[in-house]
Amino acid sequence: MAKSSEALRNPAQAGREFSAAAVKLAVLPPAHRLSLRAPESSVSALSKALGLALPNRPKTSAAKGSRMALWLGPDEWLVIDDGAKDPLEACSKVPALHSAVGISHRNVAFSVVGIDAANAINAGCPQDLSLDAFPVGACSRTILGKVEIVLLRTAEDQFRVECWRSFSDYVFTFLTEAARDAAA
Amino acid sequence: MAEPFRIAGAGRLTPARTARFTFDGKPFHALQGDTLASALLANGVHLVGRSFKYHRPRGILSAGAEEPNALVAVERDAARKTPNVRATVQEVYDGLTAHSQNRWPSLSFDVGAINDVFSPFFSAGFYYKTFMWPKAAWKSIYEPNIRAAAGLGVSPDQPDTDHYSSRFAHCEVLVLGGGASGIAAALAAAESGVRVILADEQAEFGGALRFEAGATIDGKNGWVWAQDAIGRLAGMDNVRLLPRTTAFGYYAQNFVGLTERVTDHLANPGHDLPRERLWQVRARKVVIATGAIERHMVFADNDRPGIMLASAARTYLNHYGVAVGRNVGVYAANDSAYAAAIDLKKAGVGIAAIVDLRDNPAGPMVDEARALGIEINHGRAVVKARGKLRVSSIVVQPKNGGAERTIPVDALITSSGWTPSVHLFSQSRGKVAFDNETRRFLPGTYAQDCISVGACNGADSLAVALDEGYAAGAKAAKEAGGKATRSGTKPKADAGEGWTGGMLGAGPGAGEGTTVKAFIDFQNDVTAKDIRQAVHEGMRSIEHVKRFTTNGMATDQGKTSNMHGLAIAAETLGKDIPEVGLTTFRAPYTPVTFGSIVNHARGPLFDPTRRTPIHPWAEAQGAVFEDVGQWKRAWYFPKAGEDMHAAVNRECVAVRQTAGLFDASTLGKIEVVGPDAAKFMELLYTNPWEKLEAGRCRYGLMLREDGFIYDDGVVGRLAADRFHVTTTTGGAARVMNMMEDYLQTEFPHLNVWLTSISEQWAVIAVQGPTSREIVAPLVEGIDISDDAMPHMSVREGKICGVPTRLFRMSFSGERGFEVNVPADYGLAVWEALWAEGQKHGASAYGTEAMHVLRAEKGYIIVGQDTDGTVTMNDAGLDWAIGKKKTDFVGIRGMTRPDLVAAGRKQIVGLKTKDPKTVLEEGAQVVANPNQPIPMKMIGHVTSSYWSENCGRSIAMALVADGRSRMGDTLYVPMPGGTIEVEVCSPVFFDEKGGRLNG
Amino acid sequence: MLLIRCPYCEEERPELEFRNAGEAHVVRSSDMASISDEDFEKFFFIRNNPKGVIFERWRHVHGCARFFNAARDTVTDKFIVTYKAGMPKPDLDKITDAPSAVAATEPPAKKKPARRAPAKKKDA
Repeated sequence: MAKSSEALRNPAQAGREFSAAAVKLAVLPPAHRLSLRAPESSVSALSKALGLALPNRPKTSAAKGSRMALWLGPDEWLVIDDGAKDPLEACSKVPALHSAVGISHRNVAFSVVGIDAANAINAGCPQDLSLDAFPVGACSRTILGKVEIVLLRTAEDQFRVECWRSFSDYVFTFLTEAARDAAA
Repeated sequence: MAEPFRIAGAGRLTPARTARFTFDGKPFHALQGDTLASALLANGVHLVGRSFKYHRPRGILSAGAEEPNALVAVERDAARKTPNVRATVQEVYDGLTAHSQNRWPSLSFDVGAINDVFSPFFSAGFYYKTFMWPKAAWKSIYEPNIRAAAGLGVSPDQPDTDHYSSRFAHCEVLVLGGGASGIAAALAAAESGVRVILADEQAEFGGALRFEAGATIDGKNGWVWAQDAIGRLAGMDNVRLLPRTTAFGYYAQNFVGLTERVTDHLANPGHDLPRERLWQVRARKVVIATGAIERHMVFADNDRPGIMLASAARTYLNHYGVAVGRNVGVYAANDSAYAAAIDLKKAGVGIAAIVDLRDNPAGPMVDEARALGIEINHGRAVVKARGKLRVSSIVVQPKNGGAERTIPVDALITSSGWTPSVHLFSQSRGKVAFDNETRRFLPGTYAQDCISVGACNGADSLAVALDEGYAAGAKAAKEAGGKATRSGTKPKADAGEGWTGGMLGAGPGAGEGTTVKAFIDFQNDVTAKDIRQAVHEGMRSIEHVKRFTTNGMATDQGKTSNMHGLAIAAETLGKDIPEVGLTTFRAPYTPVTFGSIVNHARGPLFDPTRRTPIHPWAEAQGAVFEDVGQWKRAWYFPKAGEDMHAAVNRECVAVRQTAGLFDASTLGKIEVVGPDAAKFMELLYTNPWEKLEAGRCRYGLMLREDGFIYDDGVVGRLAADRFHVTTTTGGAARVMNMMEDYLQTEFPHLNVWLTSISEQWAVIAVQGPTSREIVAPLVEGIDISDDAMPHMSVREGKICGVPTRLFRMSFSGERGFEVNVPADYGLAVWEALWAEGQKHGASAYGTEAMHVLRAEKGYIIVGQDTDGTVTMNDAGLDWAIGKKKTDFVGIRGMTRPDLVAAGRKQIVGLKTKDPKTVLEEGAQVVANPNQPIPMKMIGHVTSSYWSENCGRSIAMALVADGRSRMGDTLYVPMPGGTIEVEVCSPVFFDEKGGRLNG
Repeated sequence: MLLIRCPYCEEERPELEFRNAGEAHVVRSSDMASISDEDFEKFFFIRNNPKGVIFERWRHVHGCARFFNAARDTVTDKFIVTYKAGMPKPDLDKITDAPSAVAATEPPAKKKPARRAPAKKKDA
């Protein structure tokens, strides 16, 4: 809860949502985010500090409680925490070699939910989003239309789409058009 | 109102489901399910257009996508007019409005038809030869006139109000073509459980079963079988059916582009539906089942309206219940036309005669025709068709010459055989092979993981087509990981027809030595004679013949004409067809709308528009924005009554007298973290970094390996192992990419990582003598006194209760701060700073004032004062090179001979002799204005502004040996007269820089 | 649109996620400041443009963000093999099909921390 003396937070796209026949879009509330970079030798120490095992396979993620860690590259994770605790603090106590940079405000997240959620995202994302190729928990940095996103499948019919703040209007507008067309 | 040529009881359309449409303003009735072509024919309309070159009256040739003639304009409203729509593809909806094209004043009386009379002058290559001389006339006379006369149809002049969508899709088996073979393939593949997509360009699946009345599969009528099979496929979760969908392009690694026409057949499409949907499908296996296209016979005046392909006439009868005439002539070189004649005869349509080029046609078809009492003239040819706006009679002659006989007809159907549709196979880079026995090109060597089945693969009977399709579907599915055991049964053809035989090239009466108009390519008005002429004029390769004659180069891409043209060229050359070669098939298979290609990328989705967190405030203040890449940046903040000039002057003065607030959030920012961070910075920037203390900043310069300036920005060292690097707004992405490139591939031994934080931090520049007073009340935990926090330092702490990285730095030359706060707080912190600023008379300023202020100080902007060919020395920035460094990117490049040679352009200041004259950016600088043109240009203006603070114009320029010309007078020749300028230091204001320190 | 196997993501991904980064195995001197003009010319300006197999760099810029190398046939556009940055040029004669080729050219030091790998990607 913000103290009254604190500057007001104005999250991008706050309150935007959209509903089509089989896809619902909504902007997700602000979350703690961390870009974590580390060599393999530091992974166990960082995992311990973060309280979840950092995934080491491409296109996979791990989740525990309010915290998620998404494999983005061989030494790169996006750690997201919807709860109160900033994962940046957990990492700051780890002496093992790593880079932890807070990017809570850099990204905006949207939920794409519904039986045609994958279709909507496939309007602009060239990856195969079938459950075989992109199962629940799968994640990837990829493309949506003309911008880069991070895509995470949170359930069979649910995705989390993360993008940079200034692209969030484009991404939401794109997904709105796509959701409208997704039932086909 | 009744449609005179609709036959009761024939066809598959429902008589009760009517629709109305207009053609050239005249109202007609149709049935739902009609194409515009079938509906026009039902009303006895054959004349639908004029040809491109000769303006000859033209009718409907085909019943499908290959149509070269029947091109019309379809108009929904003023914004939605589509030219060159094939009437054979456009489905009729209630209220459809269509117009003929390429005629004036009317379709039946067309002034342009004079071209036909003068056609001897318009022979092949006419344009190439005729408009060569005089050369000057090309631009002024020939080109404008040719352009005015050229082109089919008229484009709409308003923005398209439809919208279009796109979808990436993946499947194990993609089946292209939904005829018998394609359906069989889809069934086999689908039964194994893999993902299957079946696409067909027609509204309904079934392919040739649409017209092949006698086909029987699994004991059912062929068409009924197809619809049942499609019903079964539609019920399977792993199958996607795409009717009205054309596979237009086959690209690398089984990537196929398809365009689905979603609303073109609907009377009142809802707004939610896109007009078209682009499918970009990646398939493990592709089954190509694209069928075959019938060819017409080539004889004199074979383009008369009423002359059409036999299979088309049969389609109109068997599917649409429409007779193409009442007294139909038949001209054949194979059995296909017999089947059409038989069907027509059985439906009660008079068959005037069958003219068969073959000497002794035999077989069940021939027998059946004869049994029905149809007159068969074998060994004979149609040598001419008569009738201007509609065929009225045909002239028949023994094929080796002899007595002519005229037979009255009101339609003529022809078939010279079938051309397998190898377009998509060829697009996949497969090599076609000529089958000498059947005289056709068939899929030969495959380049991708696909297989051709059915008629496009040369299957000559329904049974073979089904077998091939089913086997290919099953094999593809199995290889793509499908389960082998599902209850599938192979469909079996109980009865069907063959598609063998026929001829290629010109028929009797249109051969060598004749000059009749025997058309090969209807859309581009290419005749058999034109092909021969091309060969006679020296064209040897079919690629040259094609370009000389334009055969096959119209929007139908020669689907009906290519083989005829090739055969005639080969015959004229005295070579075999394979020796002459086949032209390459290219995407798109049929024309694709721009809307489909562009799909979502229109309006706000054309390109992302990036806005900073502070944008809403600037907007509310009435800021004028400028585009900087994808960003919208506040350009200036005009008060009531102010123009840009006045606003910028006021903003610039405020910054120097009190303070200004500037939104610098768009700056690129990179966090460089790791024990080797300083080492990495040493390698990427020219400056030394190892000794920079934590809490201090440095202006960093980055070169490319070739020694030219690449980017710059202020870098703050937050800790021994952590740098906060800023880049130019435009350079953010490429600098990050270059840094990653070197880190990953040249210096992977360094323990350092890069993270883009451009959008993590909103940046508010507070610049001016009172900047510290504005910032101070809001900051917690940072001593911002000059002693504790001198110019070029950085501190972490809090502002307005939220975290900040506070930089003491300046791009204005004044004491200044750049307040970095997490982006979501940017707006609130700006508002708080603004409130403080108001107490001190601060002004918001935009990018224009920022540019002026920095130019007053001689600070360069990379990309404006540099252009990728400017060295550090050129820019007067040698001081930023770490002299003791042994390596950094560009260290070798910058000592290349040309980069250290005398006479290079150097950045200098220019003062106009008349202080009120503001130079134009980009203007050229000369030493002697009286020299003859072209003058020797020694430099150019890179930045130029009115400086209210200096009370005069100021400019920066790149001038050869500029620094040795200080005080010299140079000249800037402009259209309105030559401007005298004096070379000076680029620092126009506070040359000693004392104001920076307060 | 090509499909490109990313050796780090260990699967084929759409070309839209990638960016070509020029010729591979161009060695940047460890003593850059002192190389001759001729050597600099070779290093910076001179590039192969073969009709046939080219060794080139790609970046999975909108994926794992790694740079890697590929051997591609410029005539057929077919990727013969992709391999991680820092690995030597593969022997194309030993490659029969792409997926196994990638496996066969996994770096021997796979277990080592990626950052510690001393190999230079552009080294021949």
